[in-house]
Amino acid sequence: MEYLNILFSETYKILFLLLPLLTAVAMIVWLDRRVWAFVQKRKGPNVVGPFGLFQSLADALKYIFKEIIIPASSNKIVFILAPIITMTLALISWAVIPFSENYVLADINVGILYLFAVSSLGVYGIIMGGWSSNSKYPFLGAIRSAAQMVSYEVSIGVIIINVLLCVGSLNLTDIVMAQKKIWFIIPLFPMFVIFFISALAETNRPPFDLPEAEAELVAGYQTEYSGMMYAMFWLGEYANILLMCAMGSILFLGGWLSPINIYPFDLVPAPMWFIIKILLLFLLFALVKAVVPRYRYDQLMKLGWKIFLPFSLIWVVLTAGYLLYFDLLPKV
Amino acid sequence: MKIVRILKTVFLIDFLTGLLIAIREIFKPKKTLNYPFEKGKISPRARGEHALRRYPNGEERCIACKLCEAVCPAQAITIESKQREDGSRKTTRYDIDMLKCIYCGLCEESCPVDAIVQGPNFEFATETREELYYNKEKLLENGDRWENVLAANIKADNPYR
Repeated sequence: MEYLNILFSETYKILFLLLPLLTAVAMIVWLDRRVWAFVQKRKGPNVVGPFGLFQSLADALKYIFKEIIIPASSNKIVFILAPIITMTLALISWAVIPFSENYVLADINVGILYLFAVSSLGVYGIIMGGWSSNSKYPFLGAIRSAAQMVSYEVSIGVIIINVLLCVGSLNLTDIVMAQKKIWFIIPLFPMFVIFFISALAETNRPPFDLPEAEAELVAGYQTEYSGMMYAMFWLGEYANILLMCAMGSILFLGGWLSPINIYPFDLVPAPMWFIIKILLLFLLFALVKAVVPRYRYDQLMKLGWKIFLPFSLIWVVLTAGYLLYFDLLPKV
Repeated sequence: MKIVRILKTVFLIDFLTGLLIAIREIFKPKKTLNYPFEKGKISPRARGEHALRRYPNGEERCIACKLCEAVCPAQAITIESKQREDGSRKTTRYDIDMLKCIYCGLCEESCPVDAIVQGPNFEFATETREELYYNKEKLLENGDRWENVLAANIKADNPYR
C-alpha cells in the first residue's frame, strides 16, 4: 500500500512536469516558425487558433493520422526504437532541471553529470535511425550528425568544467545558488558564447544543421520516417533545444534568480524568471536560424576541434589559475 | 587588413550586425497576403481559365476556323463544325482538355474574332479529372459569366498588341 502511494505521488509529479513541457515544446515550435517568418517579412502560421497558436497541435493531429511507412529493407526493431529513444532521452533529462529552490523532480548531487550523460546518449537515437533505414541519405546524415555531436560535446564538457571550478558542486541547485552574487555570464562571457554556439551544433540547428541539410541529404536521418515516428523525432529535437536553453540559463544566467532584488522584481515567482530566461535564449536560437547560412562540413569540424576546444581548455587553466591565486576556490 | 579581419571574426562582428538587421526586419510591415481572404492584383494579360465569348446580340463569336486547334502546342483543343441554314459556319463541338493545356495563350492570340480568350480566373480546381474536360457549353457559360471582365481586359491590353 505504501509503495503504491509513493508510486502514485511520483507519477503525479512526473505528469506535472511532463504535460507543461510537451505543451511548451508545441508552443516553442510555433514561436520558432513565427520568428523565422517575421525576419523574412512573412506572417508565419496565423490561422489555427489565436495568432496561430494551435498550429503545432494541428500538425501533431495530422502526424497521428498519417500512415507509418516502414521500409522493407530496414531493420524493423531498430527503426521503430530510434525515435522512441530520441524522445525519451530528450524528456528524461528534464528530471534534474530545477525550476526554483525546492521545485525540482530529482535533486541528485551529480545533476550536471547526468544531463551531460543523457545528452551524449542522444546521438544513439540518430545513429540508429540513420543506420536502420538502410538507405544512403539517412546513413550519411547519421554519420555526420554523430561526428558533429561528439565533437561539440567535448567543448561543452570543458565549458561545464569552467563553471564547476567556480561552484565546487555538480548539483544544479548549488550551481544556481553560487550565482547569487554575480551571474557567471559576466566573468565567463567568452565561455557563454562558445556554449551557445556549441549548443546550436549539439541540437543540429542552423548553421550546423548538416545532418539534415535539405540540399544534399533530403532530410538526413529522418528521410525514411513518416507519421508519428517523424513527429517523435521532431518533438525530441525541440525538447533538446529547450533543454540546451535551460542548461544555458542554469549555468550562466543564474537559473531562477531574479536579475535585481528590488521591489517590483522580487514579486515575480522564481520559476517565472527561469522560463523568461529560457525563452530569451530560445529567441536567440530562432533568430540565428533566420540569419546565418549553413556551414561547410570541414569548417564545422575545424571550428569544433581547432578553435573551441583549445580556447575553452586555455580558459579552464586561466579560471583555475585566477581562482587559486586570489584564493577564491569554493570550499567543499 | 588581416588583423582587422581576425578581430572581426573573434568578436563575431559580422554575425552581430546580421542579428541586428534581422531584429530590425521583424518590426517592418509584412509582405504576406492572407490568400483566400486577400488577393493580389492580376494583370489584364493573365492567362487563366478559358472562355468562349459572344457578340452583344447573343451570337457566338467563334467561326470554326480551327486556327486555335492548329496552333495549340499541347493539342488540347478539338473542334468540329457544320454549316448552319443561314450559311454561316459554326462549331458543333469545341472541347478543351484543361489537363493537357499549358496555358501558353496561343489560342487567344491566333483567334481572328476574339472568341476564345483566357480570363483572369485561376481558381477552378476540381475533385475529378472529368470535370476538367471542358466542352462548348462550359466554355460559353464561362464567357457569359466573365464577359465584363474579359471585355475590359482586352480593351486595356489593346494598345500593346
